[in-house]
Amino acid sequence: MASRLHEGKRSDPLRHVVQRMVPNHGSIGLRALICALLSICAAASIRPISDAHRSAALDLFVPSGGLFQSLEETYEALRTFQILGVGNFSDIGPATCPVIIDNLTSPASSPKDLFDAIRVNSILECQIGSQTFKDVAEKFQDLIKSTDKLMNFYYSILGLLHVKAQGVSVVLPDAEGVFYSIKALSQNDGRWQYDSNNAESSTCAAGIALEALAGVVSLADIELVQSKIGTIKHDIVKLFDSINSYDDGTLYFEEKHIDGSEYKGPLATTASVVRGASAFAAIVSEKLNIPGDKLVGIAKFLLSVGVPSSTKDLFNQIDSLSHIENNRISIPLILSLPSTVLSLTSKDQLEVEVTTVFGSAAPPLTVNLVRASSSDVKNNPILENQELQFDTEKNVHYLDILPLKIDIGKYTLEFEISLHDPENLNTYATGGHAHSLIFLTGLVKVDKSQIGIYDTDSESSASMLKLDFFKDDKISLVANHLQKLHLSFQLFTPLGNTIKPHQAFLKLRHESKVEHIFALESSSRQYKIILDFLALVEKFYYLSGRYDIELAVGDAAMENSFLHVLGYIDLDLPEPPERASRPPSLSVDPYARFGPKQEISHIFRAPETRPPKELSLAFLAFTLVPLGGFVIGARVLVDGFHFDAQTKATFISHCFLSMSILVSVQLLTLGVNLKSFPSSSVHALFSLLFHAGIAAILLLYVLFWLKLDLFTTLKVLGLIGVFLIFVGHRTLSCLASTSAGKVKTN
Amino acid sequence: MLTFRELEFKMAKSSTSDAQALFRSLRSAYAATPTNLKIIDLYVVYAITTAVIQVVYMGIVGSFPFNSFLAGVLSCVGTAVLAVCLRIQVNKENKEFKDLPPERAFADFVLCNLVLHLVVINFLG
Repeated sequence: MASRLHEGKRSDPLRHVVQRMVPNHGSIGLRALICALLSICAAASIRPISDAHRSAALDLFVPSGGLFQSLEETYEALRTFQILGVGNFSDIGPATCPVIIDNLTSPASSPKDLFDAIRVNSILECQIGSQTFKDVAEKFQDLIKSTDKLMNFYYSILGLLHVKAQGVSVVLPDAEGVFYSIKALSQNDGRWQYDSNNAESSTCAAGIALEALAGVVSLADIELVQSKIGTIKHDIVKLFDSINSYDDGTLYFEEKHIDGSEYKGPLATTASVVRGASAFAAIVSEKLNIPGDKLVGIAKFLLSVGVPSSTKDLFNQIDSLSHIENNRISIPLILSLPSTVLSLTSKDQLEVEVTTVFGSAAPPLTVNLVRASSSDVKNNPILENQELQFDTEKNVHYLDILPLKIDIGKYTLEFEISLHDPENLNTYATGGHAHSLIFLTGLVKVDKSQIGIYDTDSESSASMLKLDFFKDDKISLVANHLQKLHLSFQLFTPLGNTIKPHQAFLKLRHESKVEHIFALESSSRQYKIILDFLALVEKFYYLSGRYDIELAVGDAAMENSFLHVLGYIDLDLPEPPERASRPPSLSVDPYARFGPKQEISHIFRAPETRPPKELSLAFLAFTLVPLGGFVIGARVLVDGFHFDAQTKATFISHCFLSMSILVSVQLLTLGVNLKSFPSSSVHALFSLLFHAGIAAILLLYVLFWLKLDLFTTLKVLGLIGVFLIFVGHRTLSCLASTSAGKVKTN
Repeated sequence: MLTFRELEFKMAKSSTSDAQALFRSLRSAYAATPTNLKIIDLYVVYAITTAVIQVVYMGIVGSFPFNSFLAGVLSCVGTAVLAVCLRIQVNKENKEFKDLPPERAFADFVLCNLVLHLVVINFLG
């Protein structure tokens, strides 16, 4: 199931890209053509490592100020640059060396940090003293003695290997014990566990363990028992037996147990196994028993990734391919086609390249085209056993296909590589038969094309007009619903055979942009269509008028697929009956959807008429008059105040100017002059506070009206109210006691 | 014996003089009321006058912010009502409220007025 999943994932992005590339209102034939071409490319897209990979490496691994994100990424970048032969180390070195030294000397570094630092240093070769290396070696040796986890073994053993490469002598004590501890983590199916607690076995871990074991053997000061190495060789063979395969012959490794958080895809897993196996193969004396075909399959898988878009994927691909290129078991040879679309018109030749994975030259060999069969007719081969000639200048094997008289179409080719020198079979792997898909394209001739209108009864006596699709004259026809339209033509390949194109459509478009599409039927020799308007009256929504006629013919192998406007036809259809269906409304122009919308004019309610300002102010003054009256009246009552002429005059003269001041002053004096004003100071204070409290509440009400909201007001009112109640109670109780006293005395 | 015309004249004179006598007696009786009750009466008159002025204003300009008009009128009428209640409670001749100290009644009056005005200000908008 995993392989099917991956297959789907590989072809879907292409389809998605195609659908996005071609706009919706383009012709359908064009879309199918692109789709078909791209699907060919997907199948035969194995090409050796090229400059595309080199430029991708420079684009992906971009240091900022000479530093990468982490030492691990630094190592990946430097190793990729080293293998591909690109990149500038001059600015990376000075920036990264201090980080490396920091990591190596700091006591808090984890084994992984030390390992990353030391292997980056082996590429950059910073100036580090041998004492640092000795300390690091000691740390690694302590770790080996104390740990039982696979990753720790890996970091320390490979770290010691790098330290040894710096010239510092290291010794691996108890190499047999270490070997045994790592071997103890292996499982029956050739996989390894990460540590003894973890019950799941992992293929990635197998690769890591093999690398570690190879390190142990090369660091050991005594010769290890050969039987132990033999068991590891068996494990490797079992591991390679568990390899998965895709339909096109590529082979890959994958994890059996998929742990969500630490899932490594097939690329990373395959890379890990390849590293481990090639490291182990390098230290054993005789070759491992892995068939060369498997290595070719793995190499094809790694190349079929194309140019990866993530740094880790690129590193895994390049690193594992470099191990495959330089391994001791067998070096795979890749057969690839520089171009899979050959044109008969431009007299292309079939070219085939055989190289190693990195594009280096292969030993002398011959390529034989075993079989070429058309994709439609599988069992009948067109060609058999054609030997390709070698062009020493361009380093390709080529075959001239023109004299072979192959017609246009899609073909599956099967190649076989045979090495000239039988000794090379030990070092190189050819990988059996290689399959490729190619397209042969050419110009398709259109012949005997004619169009005409005829009545239903008189079929033979139709007046047909000859058409030439490649000239610009437009035909004009007139028809009513009792007649039929007849269109026919023949298609011929360059070799004179009839061809059945993928698409042959006739489109009638009305003036009101309503379209109708019809597929042409093919009989033995020609393509034709007969439109019976009587039957189509309802389909046409009873729309009479001018219809443009378009013809679209296309095929993947056709170099001159066309979409021609042939002309127009004036159709006279009867009136639609009551119940006829309306033609579909026009689809909105997609660009108009994002344009400005219609302006909406809102209708607001007319605002209420307000009185003029002066009138309002006048009435405001009128409202305050009774207040003045009350105050004055109260004073009169309290003080027995008599109006004399003088007070009257003062009042009238002042009333229009300073009425409010007068009123407030009177109010205050009234308050003060009330006879029941207490004499004692405590009581006076409480009384004052009482009046202040009421004044405060009235002020709060004014503020509430002006700007506060109800909640704030209620909060403040609560506070003042409590204060007022307390003060008021005291005041009034004082008053009550004094008046009661007065009554008593009275 | 008086003639009909003389009787009429006398009756008219007596009726007007009755009215005048009535008015004069009312006035003298009112003068006998305590001062604080007079102040309260004056306050009621003030409140009602203010309400009348507001109604006249509304009659002139129309009732557009109706809530404001209602708030104004109800504040006047409400405070007048409360003042009347205060007068009833404070009046010493009222046997029902003999035991209620007038300060307590005044405190009630102040509190109710404050609550009324809070509501009025809220409704004023």
